[in-house]
Amino acid sequence: MDARADSPLAVQAEGVRKSFGKTEALCGVDLSVPRGMVYGLLGPNGAGKSTVVRILATLIRADAGTALVDGVDVARKPATVRSRIGLAGQYAAVDEYLTGRENLEMFGRLSGLRKADARARATELLERFDLTDAADRPSKGYSGGMRRRLDLAASLAARPPILFLDEPTTGLDPRSRLTMWSVIQDLVDDGTTVLLTTQYLEEADRLAQRIAVIDRGVVIAEGTPAELKARVGGEGLEVAVVEPADLERARTILSRVATDEVFVDPERRRVRAAVADGPRALADVAGQIAAEGIPTEDVGLHRPTLDEVFLALTGRPAEDDDGAAATDEGSG
Amino acid sequence: MTAARALRDSGIIVWRQLVQLPRIPEVLIFSLIQPVMFVLLFRYVFGGAIATPGESYVNYLMPGIFAQTVAFGAVASGIGLAEDLRRGIIDRFRSLPMARSAVLVGRTASDLVRNAVVVGVMYAVGLAVGFRPEGSIGAQLVAFGLLLLTSFAFSWIGVVIALSMKTVEAVQSAGFIWLFPLTFASSAFVPTDSMPGWLQAFADNQPFTIVVNAARALFLAQPVGNYVWLTIVWMVGIIVVMIPLATRQYRRRSG
Repeated sequence: MDARADSPLAVQAEGVRKSFGKTEALCGVDLSVPRGMVYGLLGPNGAGKSTVVRILATLIRADAGTALVDGVDVARKPATVRSRIGLAGQYAAVDEYLTGRENLEMFGRLSGLRKADARARATELLERFDLTDAADRPSKGYSGGMRRRLDLAASLAARPPILFLDEPTTGLDPRSRLTMWSVIQDLVDDGTTVLLTTQYLEEADRLAQRIAVIDRGVVIAEGTPAELKARVGGEGLEVAVVEPADLERARTILSRVATDEVFVDPERRRVRAAVADGPRALADVAGQIAAEGIPTEDVGLHRPTLDEVFLALTGRPAEDDDGAAATDEGSG
Repeated sequence: MTAARALRDSGIIVWRQLVQLPRIPEVLIFSLIQPVMFVLLFRYVFGGAIATPGESYVNYLMPGIFAQTVAFGAVASGIGLAEDLRRGIIDRFRSLPMARSAVLVGRTASDLVRNAVVVGVMYAVGLAVGFRPEGSIGAQLVAFGLLLLTSFAFSWIGVVIALSMKTVEAVQSAGFIWLFPLTFASSAFVPTDSMPGWLQAFADNQPFTIVVNAARALFLAQPVGNYVWLTIVWMVGIIVVMIPLATRQYRRRSG
């Protein structure tokens, strides 16, 4: 654990490159993750998030660049790195034929704990992750949310100071997602550093103190959620009118509170604009619309979606692997 | 990484596989159905038409069945590993500070245990259909030992196949495809002198025939010739080649 004191950063990556055949997955990624926080790595499918995590977790080697985890070089001392990290999420699984308890004991022992310690730790983790009732059933029968919690618990067996969570809530129902969020928050309160990848801006916003936005193998923006949202234009206010003829009047009303240009979408009969103080702008606009008697279908605030973040940062919509526009991202 | 740690971690993986075994009864059942079917087919359908001078056909057949059973166990080893890769559990193992060799050693070692159980059951099935081994207890135990050595060697081949393929389905097909010519163009089911010359030349000298001949001689109290030593040389040779190959692939490969 000596090396910990040497490095103020939990993760430090410089110029990390990785290609798979002819596909360049990472084209020079730089990353600095301070200790004791949730750091979000945000991007669409195929952006390179998982590749970053896999390199940091020593599962694959970078073609070029350096990466230090807990101050230790992942290429030179992968075995040391492995003793300081936990990995959970879409690419790290539990054994579905073993019970929850057996899984935790096995992963604990393989992380270097002695049998008695692994057993005690398993009991503790089962309790903490609300899995005690299901502890002695094979994990095959667990719900999606329970399995993710077990998966996360397994990565914590040896109390690693740094945790990589690769899309920990993708595919979970909203309630399980909330549970995972509070679990992750608890971890950081205990002093763990969490590097979390996600395709949901909402998730990064809610959990992360800092966010790096990654696209096509490059970090295109970095900062606190507030900084990033400011770059996208903050919250948006949208008005849907009933009559296309009212679009122009709605535009005028909206332009009084907008911090930027007002977008008009004649097809969907909507106008929208970025606003600074959302609730107040909403009240103002709703009041004026009522005063002018414009019939509307909807007046509301919406948070910037990942698509809008991408649009703002890259000038093009977020795309996934095969180039199809990722239309539903950020909506979950 | 010390040898003690490697041994300990391999032991944990063996524990994992053996705990799984009764919870996935399909694996054990299918490991048994196939050889039982072969015994019944060859004993009662083809057996009458196959001449084995000096020996009843069922006595001739059973050592071949035992050897084929352990060889086909390679497919189960490969599929098990391919499933682990697909599910991402191998990624988790690879992210842990455990011995790198443990996952593969643990799997092949636990498959050895499964094959020992399956061969034991097949021995009883053989007795039920008229198999009457005349070899001494000692000789038969040596035969078991050779079969288990063969099981271990073939499991490593299955592991290498699994690590070379991208999907579980591919591992399943590729795992079987080479085993059919190997086990049938051998002395396992018919005496090789009924085969055309070119095939006989292959059949007489390939390792599977050597295993079968060694096991058959030991079970039936016949002269073993060089077959026992040749079996050990072949199987140790396969293991020595396959382990570094598999280990290298494992380091590089992930789900």
